[in-house]
Amino acid sequence: MEIFIPNKEISGCGLSGVINRKGELIKGEVIIESICCQMDRGNGLGAGYAAYGIYPEFAEHYCLHVMADTKKALKEVEEILAHKCYLVHQEKIPTRPVPGITSPPRFYRYFVKPRYEGDLREICEGTPDEDDYMVRLVMKINRDVPGAYIISSGRNMGAFKGVGFPDQIAEFFRLDEYSAYIWTAHNRFPTNTPGWWGGAHPFTILDWSIVHNGEISSYGTNRRYLEMFGYHCTLLTDTEVVAYLLDLLIRRHGLPIELACMALAPPFWEEIDRMEEPERSVCTAIRAVYGPAMLNGPFAILFAYNGGLVGLNDRVKLRPLVAAKKGDFYYMASEEAAIRAICPDPDEVWCPKAGEPVIVELEPDTIPNQRSYLRGEPFQISSPVCRISLVEEEETEEEEEA
Amino acid sequence: MNPQKETKAKPKRKKVQFSKLYPDFYIERDWDKCIKCKLCIRECTYEAHGWDDKRETLTEDHSKCVGCHRCEATCPTGAIVIKHHPSRFREHDTWKPWFIKNVYKQADTGGVLLSATGCAVPFRNYWDHLVLDACQVTNPPIDPLREPMELRTYLGPKPDKVEVVLENGKYHLKQKPGPWIKLEVPIMFAAMSYGAISLHVHQGLARAAKDLGTLYNTGEGGLHASLYEYGSNTVVQCASGRFGLHVDYLNAGVAIEIKIGQGAKPGIGGHLPGEKVTEEISKTRMIPVGSDAISPAPHHDIYSIEDLRGLIYALKEATEYKKLVFVKIAAVHNAPAIASGIVRAGADAVVLCGLRGGTGAAPTMFRDYVGIPIELALAAVDERLRQEGIRHWASLIVSGGIRCSADVVKAIALGADAVYIGTPALIAVGCTMCGRCFTGKCPWGIATNNPELIKRLDPDTAYEKIYNLVHGWAHEIQELLGAMGLNSIESLRGNRDKLRAVGLNEVELRILGVKHAGE
Repeated sequence: MEIFIPNKEISGCGLSGVINRKGELIKGEVIIESICCQMDRGNGLGAGYAAYGIYPEFAEHYCLHVMADTKKALKEVEEILAHKCYLVHQEKIPTRPVPGITSPPRFYRYFVKPRYEGDLREICEGTPDEDDYMVRLVMKINRDVPGAYIISSGRNMGAFKGVGFPDQIAEFFRLDEYSAYIWTAHNRFPTNTPGWWGGAHPFTILDWSIVHNGEISSYGTNRRYLEMFGYHCTLLTDTEVVAYLLDLLIRRHGLPIELACMALAPPFWEEIDRMEEPERSVCTAIRAVYGPAMLNGPFAILFAYNGGLVGLNDRVKLRPLVAAKKGDFYYMASEEAAIRAICPDPDEVWCPKAGEPVIVELEPDTIPNQRSYLRGEPFQISSPVCRISLVEEEETEEEEEA
Repeated sequence: MNPQKETKAKPKRKKVQFSKLYPDFYIERDWDKCIKCKLCIRECTYEAHGWDDKRETLTEDHSKCVGCHRCEATCPTGAIVIKHHPSRFREHDTWKPWFIKNVYKQADTGGVLLSATGCAVPFRNYWDHLVLDACQVTNPPIDPLREPMELRTYLGPKPDKVEVVLENGKYHLKQKPGPWIKLEVPIMFAAMSYGAISLHVHQGLARAAKDLGTLYNTGEGGLHASLYEYGSNTVVQCASGRFGLHVDYLNAGVAIEIKIGQGAKPGIGGHLPGEKVTEEISKTRMIPVGSDAISPAPHHDIYSIEDLRGLIYALKEATEYKKLVFVKIAAVHNAPAIASGIVRAGADAVVLCGLRGGTGAAPTMFRDYVGIPIELALAAVDERLRQEGIRHWASLIVSGGIRCSADVVKAIALGADAVYIGTPALIAVGCTMCGRCFTGKCPWGIATNNPELIKRLDPDTAYEKIYNLVHGWAHEIQELLGAMGLNSIESLRGNRDKLRAVGLNEVELRILGVKHAGE
């Protein structure tokens, strides 16, 4: 495996994502076809996929996908895991040899639960929360074990990524053998530094997964902000911050997902000044408090969690993002062609506006442990929403429900 | 042994004043152009120009010239040029004229050397070793003439998170945040007291701050009655002398700044000579006319960090928690730990004033050799507060040696929330940096309270010049941000990736947290 030591990788890429709101499983071929339709958006230096619902037999366990350069590194990871976790199952991630993919690192997966005993106190001090525990564990391994990285750490989901074109990576990880109710995919065109396996998208923490097209010019600010909250960027790519920001804002700070999206791509002050109360003070507080979390620079991102898929553009829409709907299926991609390749006659196709998230959640109680972040605690109703005013959203929702 | 007493007893004998023999400046008059209008005599407050009745001609006393260029600027025929005095000592790298002349001065007077402005020693200026980034291809630069470009900044402590509740389909904040201060441009005017500078300059600063959407600072000289109307753009200062401090004053502004020290003279107090204490100043400062206003070195109610906490909360109580409390310290060796203590003591903002911070009067040794450069102090303090996870508990404001908008951008990229500028605002109203503010004779009408002299700078001009300066800087900051692909100042704050260093060593790079150019 070749490793380069890039400072920050800057990329222009292709994205595709699909979700079925009823939790119906979608075959791997579908997403592969869609992302491969955008072949020109990558250059063979990275591709990856995230899939939700692929490990139903271990749905209660965190699945750690470990990428290791050497046997020694893998051994170190296993030692840490043996100390810090209950391990229910472990296996090599099945792969196929693929022409053009040379010297890949080793990939293993471990199905674990946190173990709150003995010396693990040191890393889980004061956090009874399992998710926090896992975040710390991932941070610890990524920082402390040279040559080993945890590339995915959610429950009933997994990320598969590497250096190659998307068809090669899919072939390598045998993705045609998986079915998921949410898929995201990425085709990478790194411009400043050669790719490496860990630097491919998606980036994940817990069950958050991010694929990203763009450059996060605010990376320096975002990274240092996250460090204050115990997140350490180890994968040398700007996209990593998005995964950690989502975890911080939505899971740890409990922000409703639309407000978290607003923190990442907020309205301009002149818009906020024109808003009515209470919106204005909410927006002002979000911007003042989460200024360091704002993602600045051109981007289109798709992020997913076990209960939904979200597409988001930067505040001035400097990168493409198209969304479409067909029955219970929702599609988001860099190009409309990538959607039409797998859904020739969608009910609706639209270009989300700058900074307006497209949030698609599963219908309530579709899967076990389903996370829903839309509309805060009392109203967990799933529907695609856009920013603009909250009242309008309400109406959209009613229509959806009807 | 007291030599002064002995000399008193003996008959007076004229003593040679070595310091007068070798002037710094040379007044060159072009006699072909000079019309002998004598304006130079009236303009020069130091009496460097004279009139010889016998010979009916103008005379010059070069030793009195301070290099303020007032005569040169006002001469109707352009007949005067102020030059460095051509007379030279034998060249010597250790014994430069500066040191020789200072020895003469002290030998003549037995006193402490006094200076104004900021540190004049050419220590490395880190701003000049930092360069900024710009977008090429992978990220489009943004044009601020066509797209929004935001400089708005909120000062004050920020909570860890925002909490909202949903009521009637709308989100409401669980708690009202703040108080915060909104700045439309992250450049504020540093503390310069009424007394040190004229009322006209204060009026200009206050009006400019209001129109720019930023703040000016009263300094420790109290607040003149005519300036209370600019309260929403005012920071009132509480310094060790407590001059002019009463509850209406504390409530007049939006923030109260506890001044522990300033970069130009860390560790010592201030001194406004009695000659500068006129009727108006006496009223504002609440001291008798003509009496020296001496601020002690420490606050005599702050001998420890817990005492500071006491004062912070005393001020908050007095103002019903409606005002922010800033704490200003000079950047000294241990600044990161001190700043951390200040934040934990409850300050809403920490003001760091660096080695090159200006002053109207400071002992030269303090001005030049006490304290550390603001760039290093800022980088270290920001990093320390982040390591402790308390950076958002307080805003970080820096001052001392900011000369242009690029310096502001670099300061923000290193981690500052906003900057204070003092010297640039004074230069904007005509200051030539002659550095004789403590004489009270400022020929430009800036650092004086002489009723005749202050007429030389009217408040409207002061306002306009200061406003223009910051307006220009703000536009430059927008252009620089746009070139970096950012459309909001908060994405620059602490974003040291946008900086690269040229010609710094590894220790400096580590402290600044910046990579070398090429990396």
